[in-house]
Amino acid sequence: MPVSKSVGARIKRREDPRLIQGLAHYVDDIKLPNLLHVAILRSPYAHARINGINTDAAQNLSGVKSVVTGDDVKDVIGGIPCAATDPEGFPGIKVPHHPVLATGKVRFVGEPIAAVAATDAYIAQDALDLIEVDYEPLDAINSADAAFADGAPVIHEDWDDNMAFTWSIAGGDVDAAFAEADQVVSQRIDHQRLVPNPMETRGVVAQYLPGKDQLNLWSSTQIPHLLRTQISVMLSMAENHVRVIAPEVGGGFGCKLNVYAEEALLGHMAKYLGQPVKWIEGRRENFLHTIHGRDQTGDVELAVKNDGTILGLKYTVSADVGAYYQLLTPAIPTLTGLMLCGSYTFKNVEMNLKAAFTNKMATDAYRGAGRPEATYLIERMIDVVAHDLDLDPLEVRRKNFIGKDAFPYETGTAVAYDSGDYTAALDKALKIADYEALREQQAELREEGRYLGIGFSTYVEICGMGPSAAMPAGGWESSTVRVDPTGKVTVLTGVSPHGQGQETTFAQLIADGLGVDIDDIRIIHGDTDTVQYGIGTFGSRATAVGGTAMVHAMGKVKDKVVDIAAHLLESNPQDIVIEDNKYCVRGAPESGLTLGEIAMVAHVGVELPEGTEPGLAESHFFEPPNFTYPFGTHIAVVEVDADTGEVEIQRYIAVDDCGNIINPLIVEGQVHGGIAQGVGQALYEEAIYDESGQMITGSFMDYALPKAHNFPRFELANTVTPSPVNPMGVKGVGEAGTIGSTPAIANAVIDALKPFGVRHIDLPLRPEKLWKLMQET
Amino acid sequence: MTPFDYHAPKTLRSAMRLVQEFGDDAKVLAGGHSLIPSMKLRLAAPSVVIDLGGVAGLKRVTAGNETITIGALATHYAVESHRLLPSKCSLLPETAAEIGDAQVRNRGTVGGSIAHADPAADWPATMLALDAQIDIAGPDGERAVAASDFFVDLFITDLQPGEVLTGIRIATPPENSGGAYVKMRQSASGFALAGVAAHVTLDDAGNCASVAVGVTGVAPAAYRADAVEDALVGQGIDAVADAAAHATDGVEEFQEDHHASGDYRAHLARVFAQRALSQAIERAA
Repeated sequence: MPVSKSVGARIKRREDPRLIQGLAHYVDDIKLPNLLHVAILRSPYAHARINGINTDAAQNLSGVKSVVTGDDVKDVIGGIPCAATDPEGFPGIKVPHHPVLATGKVRFVGEPIAAVAATDAYIAQDALDLIEVDYEPLDAINSADAAFADGAPVIHEDWDDNMAFTWSIAGGDVDAAFAEADQVVSQRIDHQRLVPNPMETRGVVAQYLPGKDQLNLWSSTQIPHLLRTQISVMLSMAENHVRVIAPEVGGGFGCKLNVYAEEALLGHMAKYLGQPVKWIEGRRENFLHTIHGRDQTGDVELAVKNDGTILGLKYTVSADVGAYYQLLTPAIPTLTGLMLCGSYTFKNVEMNLKAAFTNKMATDAYRGAGRPEATYLIERMIDVVAHDLDLDPLEVRRKNFIGKDAFPYETGTAVAYDSGDYTAALDKALKIADYEALREQQAELREEGRYLGIGFSTYVEICGMGPSAAMPAGGWESSTVRVDPTGKVTVLTGVSPHGQGQETTFAQLIADGLGVDIDDIRIIHGDTDTVQYGIGTFGSRATAVGGTAMVHAMGKVKDKVVDIAAHLLESNPQDIVIEDNKYCVRGAPESGLTLGEIAMVAHVGVELPEGTEPGLAESHFFEPPNFTYPFGTHIAVVEVDADTGEVEIQRYIAVDDCGNIINPLIVEGQVHGGIAQGVGQALYEEAIYDESGQMITGSFMDYALPKAHNFPRFELANTVTPSPVNPMGVKGVGEAGTIGSTPAIANAVIDALKPFGVRHIDLPLRPEKLWKLMQET
Repeated sequence: MTPFDYHAPKTLRSAMRLVQEFGDDAKVLAGGHSLIPSMKLRLAAPSVVIDLGGVAGLKRVTAGNETITIGALATHYAVESHRLLPSKCSLLPETAAEIGDAQVRNRGTVGGSIAHADPAADWPATMLALDAQIDIAGPDGERAVAASDFFVDLFITDLQPGEVLTGIRIATPPENSGGAYVKMRQSASGFALAGVAAHVTLDDAGNCASVAVGVTGVAPAAYRADAVEDALVGQGIDAVADAAAHATDGVEEFQEDHHASGDYRAHLARVFAQRALSQAIERAA
């Protein structure tokens, strides 16, 4: 795709002026007459029976309109849904009922127990202190190992153990690979639990219009349409009487790709109380009761030849999925399984997963969702192989890379990589890094007792989610493109953004495609009464799938515009070209017509070619034939302070290949944020529950996010290998930074500590941990 | 929300009258960076809040040839950005710059931080190293107490009921003096996992005529590392490493949490004592 006027240009995000001027409307900005404010009473216990709830004092507090408990709603609000419970995919899966408000028992700290609606948020909060709950505390489980231990307390008493589900994948002949191996390289790999932490917490406003029997639900969500469907089921309302609006959404990172208790609860309360209700999640609530990410621990074995050739991989892993499933909980580790082979040719692979119920919040999709686990695992293991065989980690990578002529390439896990050139990305990154000089510098510094480390990640990931057959709830996407009589273009897209910049990139595509000024284009999203059904923004799919739907809809519009232009210019459609935003006969630009002039004809309806319908609007629903597989090389250069164990990131080089690029600025922004988030996992972040099931990292005083001063200036570049999966040749870049950076940093830090005999360290790589390792030798 | 009465006195005299009148029911508000979060989390629920923000004269920072004064209501940023302090006593702006972020430094106050006595706050280390005098107004008039007597225990100071911290006085360091503050940030909060402030004055031979070292983040209260000081007085930079090894001598109880063990904090105190002293001596020379 050549760079034309708009596509490929570094255009500043059109949505930013309103965001940085405070002119955007988030859920908390929604003000309605007679609005009541809701506060949620949450369990202070990880595991306890509820022997009684007394709400009298709370009910009697002045300003309190209503107090709702689990008993009040258990027959009128259905369970919180999970879309990935097919027993064929997950043999033996247990699917516990997941109530919006607990009855009888609480199973994690933060689980909702009661809701108060009051005339202001302070009164609602005060009323929570007046609700008396008679708890009978039970022993808590804070890890998968504890959940599987003999005699462990059972969290869901419909069953007699805490095994939530199992899942397996296998390809090739693993036994033969291990029989043929010169060595088996083993390592236990842990992926700690993480909190997504979008800048805007969740929030819901619900309003019921009795005259229309209509529920309006504003929610900070990534999936307004899927949420509408689920809410209509949970509340037994006709779906076409439910309107979900995702207004401005201040980040999600996957945690808003879900259906939460509060969304259904507030919908119910608005109807039941006859007044609109608002709930805005506090940050501490967000830590406790918005989904978490990762939390897998497993044993990896690689069958290798002495020259570094990898023959096969076995991964036996436990996932701690928390007390209940959220929308996609069981599906997340399956993405790990699909990507276990990474950028490498071995096809003998096996993963056996056991998932445990624990007394913790559910895990679900967090930026990367399953792929960071696969990438960290294989990229870390490559370095372990290099360590054990005394090889250069780069040579192990090169030896096992899938060659650029092998695409499309079917992996041992039966996914088909669309396109790639892994060596090109690696070579480009090495050139930027000046790799040889770095190794020399490392050797010199070691002489001085200073510990520089160089770490690689040559990742491939799975994006553009995805073919419907491989998705729990549809993988297609939709768009409508319509042109007003005056030539202004409106796009309705199903991919409701929460920071990805679709209002800019999609307008760039339209501007070039239809020959119209970018300022004359409006991208509308997030309102289910306005926009045709769509799936949503997640899994780096917005451009690859949603953008493609729009390009197809635009193509239909353009065909019609060209037909009308040809008719008006007394020419043939095949002779019509766009020059300077005018539709003209090739070679005769002076008689060209603007889109507005043609659109007016389309709407007046009298000068149309015979058989042409009036109006100018088209829709398209796009079903992708495959996922896309972005890839790249990240190189981290770190120094570990020998006296304190502190890690300083000195350089960070990222060469990402996300296919064709529509807006380099937005791609860079996605990569910047992604790297930071992945570095967060490598160095700082960890959600810790103690043995009683209390979360001891439940605020920003104790849960460390990466900060700007932790980073050097990123050195970014791209290679461009277009995807054959969509007409734009794009792949997606929303998660690449996160997926690529965690292993690059881990490998760099461990490389720095090589003189101390260090082979592997679990994340996060905190200074004390590193200092202790340096003391041991 | 627990209702409370809010008072905004304009003078120290009327502030003191309110403090006497309401006693333990009242909390004094300065920059609001400790009290407001406590109230928001319902850990504190005073029935009276006395806001010193409008009291005239408490925000000033002065740097004279004899004395440096920091009003109790001076913000961290006021110290960080003071025109004369980099030359008169660079340890003060250097410490201020290590606190929180720009927003915190613009609202939070030096006096509030010292009176709150968080065991991981930055100012206590520096006040100890500069031998600061803490000015206090109370029912029986005014008094001053040395920083080394002020920080008593976890969140406990020498401030008595009915007393208000009004300011900090520091003797302007003589020529041939230098200071440094070295800390490791707790990666979430930015408070000191361990922080060491060192201040030295050199004699004509380049040896330490006086040494003062304050340590924060390590023990329940910030403390003076006397053993380090004793080991270094009369000595030069070559003695720093040995002296710094005494940075936790006499500490009986170490702070410990999921961010860092007591052992590690103690180790950091020794490492940072060496770094801070070395820098201080280099700057003094």
